[in-house]
Amino acid sequence: MGNQAVQLDELISQDYRHGFYTPMEVDALPHGLSEDVIRMISAKKKEPEFMLEWRLKAFRHWLTMTEPHWATVRHPPIDYQDIVYYSAPRSQQDGPQSLADVDPELLRTYEKLGVPLHERELLAGVAVDAVFDSVSVATTFKAKLGELGIIFCSFSEAVQNHPDLVRQYLGSVVPYTDNFFATLNSAVFSDGSFCYIPPGVRCPMELSTYFRINAKNTGQFERTLIIADRGAYVSYLEGCTAPMRDENQLHAAVVELIALEGAQIKYSTVQNWYPGDKDGKGGIYNFVTKRGDCREANSKISWTQVETGSAITWKYPSVILQGDNSVGEFHSVALTNHYQQADTGTKMIHLGRNTRSTILSKGISAGHGSNAYRGLVKVAKSAVGARNYTQCDSLLLGDRCAAHTFPYIEVKNASARVEHEASTSRIGEDQLFYCQSRGISAEDAVSLIVSGFCKEVFKQLPMEFAVEAQKLLGVSLEGAIG
Amino acid sequence: MTNGTRGPFVNGVLARFAEEHEGLPGAALPWLRRVRSDAIGRFAELGLPTTRHEDWKYTSVAAIERRAFDTPFDASSNGLAERALARHALDGTHRLVFVDGRYAPGLSRLDTLPAGAQVGSLAAAIAARPDRLEDLFVADDEAPANGFTTLNSALWADGAWIDLAPGVVLDMPIHLLFITTRNDLASFPRNLVRAGAEAGVTLIEHHAGPDDASYFTDAVTRIVLGKGARVAHAKLQQEGRRSFHIAAIHAEQAQDSRFGSHAFAFGGQLARSEIATRLGAEDCEAKLVGLYVGSGRQHIDHHTCIDHAQPRGTSREVYKGVLDGAARAVFNGRVIVRPDAQQTDAQQSNRNLLLSDSAEVDTKPQLEIWADDVKCAHGATVGQLDADQLHYLRSRGIDEAAARSLLIRAFAADTLEGIEHAALRARLESLLPGGLPEAA
Repeated sequence: MGNQAVQLDELISQDYRHGFYTPMEVDALPHGLSEDVIRMISAKKKEPEFMLEWRLKAFRHWLTMTEPHWATVRHPPIDYQDIVYYSAPRSQQDGPQSLADVDPELLRTYEKLGVPLHERELLAGVAVDAVFDSVSVATTFKAKLGELGIIFCSFSEAVQNHPDLVRQYLGSVVPYTDNFFATLNSAVFSDGSFCYIPPGVRCPMELSTYFRINAKNTGQFERTLIIADRGAYVSYLEGCTAPMRDENQLHAAVVELIALEGAQIKYSTVQNWYPGDKDGKGGIYNFVTKRGDCREANSKISWTQVETGSAITWKYPSVILQGDNSVGEFHSVALTNHYQQADTGTKMIHLGRNTRSTILSKGISAGHGSNAYRGLVKVAKSAVGARNYTQCDSLLLGDRCAAHTFPYIEVKNASARVEHEASTSRIGEDQLFYCQSRGISAEDAVSLIVSGFCKEVFKQLPMEFAVEAQKLLGVSLEGAIG
Repeated sequence: MTNGTRGPFVNGVLARFAEEHEGLPGAALPWLRRVRSDAIGRFAELGLPTTRHEDWKYTSVAAIERRAFDTPFDASSNGLAERALARHALDGTHRLVFVDGRYAPGLSRLDTLPAGAQVGSLAAAIAARPDRLEDLFVADDEAPANGFTTLNSALWADGAWIDLAPGVVLDMPIHLLFITTRNDLASFPRNLVRAGAEAGVTLIEHHAGPDDASYFTDAVTRIVLGKGARVAHAKLQQEGRRSFHIAAIHAEQAQDSRFGSHAFAFGGQLARSEIATRLGAEDCEAKLVGLYVGSGRQHIDHHTCIDHAQPRGTSREVYKGVLDGAARAVFNGRVIVRPDAQQTDAQQSNRNLLLSDSAEVDTKPQLEIWADDVKCAHGATVGQLDADQLHYLRSRGIDEAAARSLLIRAFAADTLEGIEHAALRARLESLLPGGLPEAA
């Protein structure tokens, strides 16, 4: 047991592999937040008037709001005036016209992260939009996607080139008044990805955004907007990393998904922001609002997330099931180690008839980690025949970690069927013994049991991501034998 | 924190305390005066909870807030209490009857009690042996509180006092019958139960009142279990359909003790029960079972909390609800496993049957786990009668209404498991929803 604990510590203390910092010349605004800062962000991005107005409305609303504290997370107060709200690599000021224009230093950074921005590379099946601090630095495969009528570009470009689409859909799922962090994002968001799939088009490759926080003292506030028109299909991936720093950095993103009639959106996240060191120093505060809207009949939105990074994760990817027969899914693996805290889950709002939702949440807590599932399943009176199945399981590794479950179930329709199940346990001594008696080392046994525990979620991930997620979990958990 | 609201209700009870506290039991005891005045002070700060409090998110007490209730105590009998007693009495029990919040010795009946067992009115016990009660009241003062429990601490006028010396086991249950007879009346019953080491008792806390009166009951029951003690508490809530019923039951368990709670809620316009137990030492067991049956515009809320504070505790919780009409049920079941409570085994389930499209259920089973060597699970379901089961019964010649009744009854009936007392069991069976129709 003692020996195992030592191995566990060694394994847990594996280094964060994306913690390097790329020195870049940056064009950044002074820290602090005011209407002037928002005007400057908007001016830098040469935005049309409606965007600036929207940002200012959001900012004025934000001033009336107070920071929420209901989550099961603890952190020192955030000084919103001490954050840099805009930082861009200087070489990117005018925006790259093609990959050849991208600063080689940036390309090397992404290379190092394992995200090739060259279109011929290994991950040739994936189109990538790379966001570095506040701006999008490169989007690959644009031309090929353009042939199909698919728009995949940075948010700034979309505002320039497709203002009507942006105006129609921006804030239609997450209004600027939604919550403290979403409102802040609405006021100051700097970039992000935009994607529109025209009617009847099945996007032939995975679309992907890779977010990187590089500069110090900056907050990253990106915004993603994905619209799948009638009968369209898209699979979207999101990855995140940041350098290792002693101070905490804020990441408050907003993601809006809209699925029209018969459309399907599959959104996968592997979140690996810097989690802080083993004493809980530093790391990213990941306070994100993600919501999908199955706006018309027979649509489907599916969220898959693997959350291994961030000092604090606080997010609830949700689906509003408005269209009849629409389907919402949420698959999640959240791992907390050292002093990481996660309060995550989902909301499934059933409004349409015969709407269905499935929630599968796997929480793993190790060290002093704290992991909470918080979810809402709401069946409105109009949702005749609604169906929900929820399963949340927690695995505990170590006697100082914590796992909590807070499912809210609100049902106003007698024809609804809602089921919730949850269990919490640690890795069984008998399971470990069984593996070890067959010559499998303790670490491998733990890793085996953990991957078995997460299997149902991983199989929802696109292949490249599934491999990465598996590896990530292995690294984050090595030595976590209790 | 002055986040509660102040309406006729709050102003009414504050005024009442000022006028009447000199006449409440134990007014001559300095420590009890202090407990009461501290409580009313806290209540003045807290006010009634609002739906902005997480624990009251689904239950609005605005309907109470808008009302001013009377509290005149009038010993004259109007015959209602006697008629209610005839209807609600249970054979084979010791019986303490409280009418409009005060002990009614003429209606109560205590059989011979073993030596070392004290069973009676709390007001009388405070007058006779205040020293034996002080620590219980002071401990209570430190327990987490909301507006309603603090109000009870300030204004209680009577209730049951049950004190069992170590090893004393009562064979017959004690039936605590609280009858309200008047419209506009507010009563604040307080029950204190102390079971010494290896002592054992079954309590039936029973609240009833007329359907045509609108009144308010704010009850608090506190149970302290010594080492190896066994206490079974059954609550039977049959308040009138226009009444407001808010109650808290708090148990504190010592080593090897067993606490069983059955909660049956049928009545009230707005009814809420908070049932909490703290497994404060090793090897405790707790079992919480509940059934709520609502129709019309009833609102029935249950908040339970099982707090595993020490190793090797076991808890089982099963709550079921049957909702018809425009009734609304709220269930919140909290299971806490604290860092020291290794080898805890906790299972919880909440199942709801919705019989009408206007009925509503809001359920939140929650687990908060701070230890690793535990087995914890919870489940919650909301659904309607199973179409296949209905079809099965109908294909065997049972008509639709009877088939529905049978299935509803089958759903509800297993909450009676563990109720051994014949008269109580028969009474509960007669109150269950559904059932076989009378033979033609």
